Amino acid sequence: MRLTAEHLDWTVQSKKLLDNVSLTVEPGQNYGLVGPNGSGKTTLLKLLAGLRKPRTGQVLLDGQPISRMRQRDIAQTLALVEQQAETTDRLNVRQAVGLGRTPFLSPLRPWSEQDDIIVARALNDVDMAHMADRLWHTLSGGERQRVHIARALAQQPNILLLDEPTNHLDIHHQLSILQLVRQLPVTVVIALHDLNQAMACDRIGVMDHGHLVADGPPAEVLTTERLQTTFGVQADLIEDPLDGSHIMRFRNAI
Amino acid sequence: MSPLLAAGAFTRPILRWFWLTPLILVIALIAGTAIGETSIPIDIILKVLANKLWDAGYAVDPIDSGIVWSYRLSRAIVAASCGTGLALAGVVLQALLRNPLADPFLMGISAGASTGAVSVTVAGLGAGAITLSAGAFAGACLAFGLVVVLARAAGSGTGGGGRGIQTAGAIILAGIAGSQLFNALTAFIITKSANAEEARGIMFWLLGSLSGVRWEDVMLAVPAAVGGLLVCLWHMRALDAFTFGVDSASSMGVAVRPVRGILIGVMALVTAVMVSMVGAIGFVGLVIPHAMRFIVGSQHARLIPASALAGAVFLIGSDVLSRVLVPGQVLPIGVITSLIGAPAFALILIRGTGAR
Ligand SMILES: Nc1ncnc2c1ncn2[C@@H]1O[C@H](COP(=O)(O)OP(=O)(O)O)[C@@H](O)[C@H]1O
Ligand SMILES: [Mg+2]
Repeated sequence: MRLTAEHLDWTVQSKKLLDNVSLTVEPGQNYGLVGPNGSGKTTLLKLLAGLRKPRTGQVLLDGQPISRMRQRDIAQTLALVEQQAETTDRLNVRQAVGLGRTPFLSPLRPWSEQDDIIVARALNDVDMAHMADRLWHTLSGGERQRVHIARALAQQPNILLLDEPTNHLDIHHQLSILQLVRQLPVTVVIALHDLNQAMACDRIGVMDHGHLVADGPPAEVLTTERLQTTFGVQADLIEDPLDGSHIMRFRNAI
Repeated sequence: MSPLLAAGAFTRPILRWFWLTPLILVIALIAGTAIGETSIPIDIILKVLANKLWDAGYAVDPIDSGIVWSYRLSRAIVAASCGTGLALAGVVLQALLRNPLADPFLMGISAGASTGAVSVTVAGLGAGAITLSAGAFAGACLAFGLVVVLARAAGSGTGGGGRGIQTAGAIILAGIAGSQLFNALTAFIITKSANAEEARGIMFWLLGSLSGVRWEDVMLAVPAAVGGLLVCLWHMRALDAFTFGVDSASSMGVAVRPVRGILIGVMALVTAVMVSMVGAIGFVGLVIPHAMRFIVGSQHARLIPASALAGAVFLIGSDVLSRVLVPGQVLPIGVITSLIGAPAFALILIRGTGAR
């Protein structure tokens, strides 16, 4: 499914948090969203998910304006993993993942075996099946993050939006989550902190003070000049002797 | 099938226990009818019921018959309905506002409903049950709106998960302000417009009292409680979806605004109906949902039926206590629920939001 944003503006208390942001993510593409803290990545993802209405501009799913779709229909095709979503409720991992089935259920379409199977698969995908009965408040930050991802997977989305999903994860689970996301046959928009991880995306957008200042293939976007102007770091690109890909070596902040 | 699946389907385990619900309710109603200053044997209660419902024609002492049918049974049924309605209002408010301390009484909704009901009484707009409820509903909505606006201004809004006790505190502070305001308004209206005897009656009712409950009240209380229960059950998955906050609910397909509007509107109406009959009975909406979360967990498919039942049983029990605790006197039921509820409230405060 193709996800398009056209000229998105978003203002809070006369502070412009997004300014004329346009982007297109092709079906099946992995789109990486990078940018310094507070540059507007989370805000953009919320607009893309239809949680906020843009002041001007629109978001389109396969050409259809999201503002004219019912929330339930949106949730059947698009899932969001928020950066921070916490609860003080007593619920276990399986129940938390089961919430992802909400857009498909109703009083007339109750929980079924099919839903059990989808939840079990999602738990397997994020390597949390062995913790299915653990209570939420007993989980570590990384485990909670994986549960959130499983919940989004349980929505069986065509488009998956992830807001810094590798935060709190150990390196093993960072890589396995990224691998999983890449293998999924869905369109992905993923906000990432680690620029080297972003290099593996099909396409990258760079946010800076609410503007999308660069948008294109990783090698064209993440240049040493871009790292200086947007991220304020001096870095060199060095070549991986194994596969010839580029790795960023950060020298110092400027 | 993997052991993983066998362990935890979503709704099936509750079906196994569901038949217990009406059984427990009937037992509680019979116990509430049997126990009192003069206890009445169960066989007499059953005979009276048979006489009234099917004209069975058993020979029963007319005094016993009067106590059972005209006094205690209607009282027990109204108590049960109020318990169910108030407990459900607590469940819904806590889920939607993501706030463990949300409760119709603490949030000033009951106080607003009292003001509305008293205004209608004093203004002489006809003291029918429906007009009273309508006045109470208007007051309840006004109070809820005021408290939420205040809480938003004081805290950082009621949306989002994880802001925890900070927002929880804002709601309570706003609730105190709202309650004080509406209680003062009520006192003002009473002092200004009612004579001494009326005033005494109204004050007693304000504390929460089941005296004077009649079968006409049953006809209003039961539909309100059952209607509230059905609306909650219809929306149980939406309520679950708020577990991780408003945005999360929205991203899982819940139409947040309409769902919140319907649920809060219906719960304000249920609270208003109950308050207009029996006054502001405190803490039911706080204590019952918390206790039930400990027993059945926080999934609404279980929490809603469990809280509805426990609320009913709790108020039937409180009513019995209010009648037998001081010989020759009937305490306002609100005194009993507050004596139990206030310590429980303190406990929840001390344990913080982790108690959910
Ligand atoms: N509701 C809000 N009210 C005011 N400012 C906000 C709000 N949401 C986000 N911001 C501000 O908008 C900017 C962008 O935030 P965000 O999208 O979370 O950035 P990122 O995810 O890239 O770190 C930040 O400066 C943040 O403080
Ligand atoms: Mg962010």
